[in-house]
Amino acid sequence: MLNQIKESAAVKAATPHLAQCQPVTFKDVCLKVDGKPLIRNISCTLNTIGKTVILGPNGAGKSLFLRLMTGLIKPTSGTISGGIEKRTDESGQPAVCYSLVFQNPVLLRRSAYENIAFVLRQQKCPKGEMADRVAAALKQARLEGRAKTPARRLSGGEQQRLALARALVVNPPGLLLDEATASLDPASTAIVEKMIHDADTAGTKIVFVTHDIRQAKRLADDILFVDEGQILAHKPARDFFKDPGSDKAQAYLDGRIIL
Amino acid sequence: MGEIGQAFAIAFDLVVSLDSDLLEIVLLSLKVSLTALAIACLLGFALGAALASLRFPGRKVIIVIINALMGLPPVVVGLVVYLMLSRSGPLGVLGLLYTPTAMIIAQILLITPLVAALCFQVLRDLHSEYDEFFRSLNMSAFDKMKTLLWDARFSLITVGLAGFGRAISEVGAVMIVGGNINHVTRIMTTAIALETSKGTLALALALGITLIVISVAINSAAMYIGVSAKRRAYA
Repeated sequence: MLNQIKESAAVKAATPHLAQCQPVTFKDVCLKVDGKPLIRNISCTLNTIGKTVILGPNGAGKSLFLRLMTGLIKPTSGTISGGIEKRTDESGQPAVCYSLVFQNPVLLRRSAYENIAFVLRQQKCPKGEMADRVAAALKQARLEGRAKTPARRLSGGEQQRLALARALVVNPPGLLLDEATASLDPASTAIVEKMIHDADTAGTKIVFVTHDIRQAKRLADDILFVDEGQILAHKPARDFFKDPGSDKAQAYLDGRIIL
Repeated sequence: MGEIGQAFAIAFDLVVSLDSDLLEIVLLSLKVSLTALAIACLLGFALGAALASLRFPGRKVIIVIINALMGLPPVVVGLVVYLMLSRSGPLGVLGLLYTPTAMIIAQILLITPLVAALCFQVLRDLHSEYDEFFRSLNMSAFDKMKTLLWDARFSLITVGLAGFGRAISEVGAVMIVGGNINHVTRIMTTAIALETSKGTLALALALGITLIVISVAINSAAMYIGVSAKRRAYA
């Protein structure tokens, strides 16, 4: 069931920054919080390119999976290797291996421009390039006219687009999104998905957590179906939607409520 | 009743005519308290930011201690600084007792815990919001602290104000270590205490009025900054 996925997007040319990131491998990973098992014995490998969608009901452990992957939380047992270990680039500067975008965007109490400039400064971006790179990022998120607006006065959709633009401006090898469009309207969702597609084309690994089946169909190269802290399926998207491989996954796709 | 009315009249006269004795006392008060505030903010903000964003052994103990010291009685601080700076004390050779410097030291000790504790409370909430973002950027401890302090800058104005309010209004510590010496260490609160006990109510009242005016002015300024920050949605 947990076969390594034949990467459907393997045709994409590997770009130089991918060298910083190794495929992430989970081996027998368990996570207990207050004695309650939330992640149970997960093993899987995520390739360094393509769009992986983590699908499953609320409370399945999707967000925990992302946080484990980035090292934000440590597993109770088991190992997670690859990806995170290389946190510095050739010049010895800290490199962002994964950029994260959360359901509720975490924005600094500064202008839209400064929010993006902040991460570039953390990456020691030369001063001369700063303005151009920020402007390009804002344009990509269709926020050109909003550079001077305080980030927290933007609308919900604009805030999420800003958070995504900020995540992408450092050309991360991996982009992880946790229900990033869950509270957005269709127009903003479309812009966000376009940005994700563009990043994918540029060679960035995408891991997208969602409970929205239609969105998974639009975005996924491969699907990781999670329920009750376990991986019930890990297949290329086309195969998964044809044959989910378990009653629970089938029920979820059919819109029946799993209890 | 007539006496008090008369005292008020003279007091207003002194304030309006910018009496030189009054001015000297007011300026020294401001100098001592603002210097103490500047240094206390430097120390307190750094400590508050470190407590909010870093996890190190002894952190919880420090939090308990600074919270306890927030309500430190000024006379006790005065006594401790007096013992340190007196001729026979460990720092006696510096000859600082009964100088404005001694008063500044006492006020720093008095308000640094307050500034640090309030700063910590403000930054702790902000840090819980920013934490995962910081960690995903692999930020250094110094950068984290700097970012938290800058993003909370408008809330920290209120923190500084609380510190200034405590410094400018306390009398116990500066009385002991400053000695209320005319033209040397006499500040508003010690002068009010002295003039009241002497029965010269006019000067005491004039000083009292000035103290209130200064405090209202500074609070209005801070409120204005806070409101305009909210309007720009930075807060």
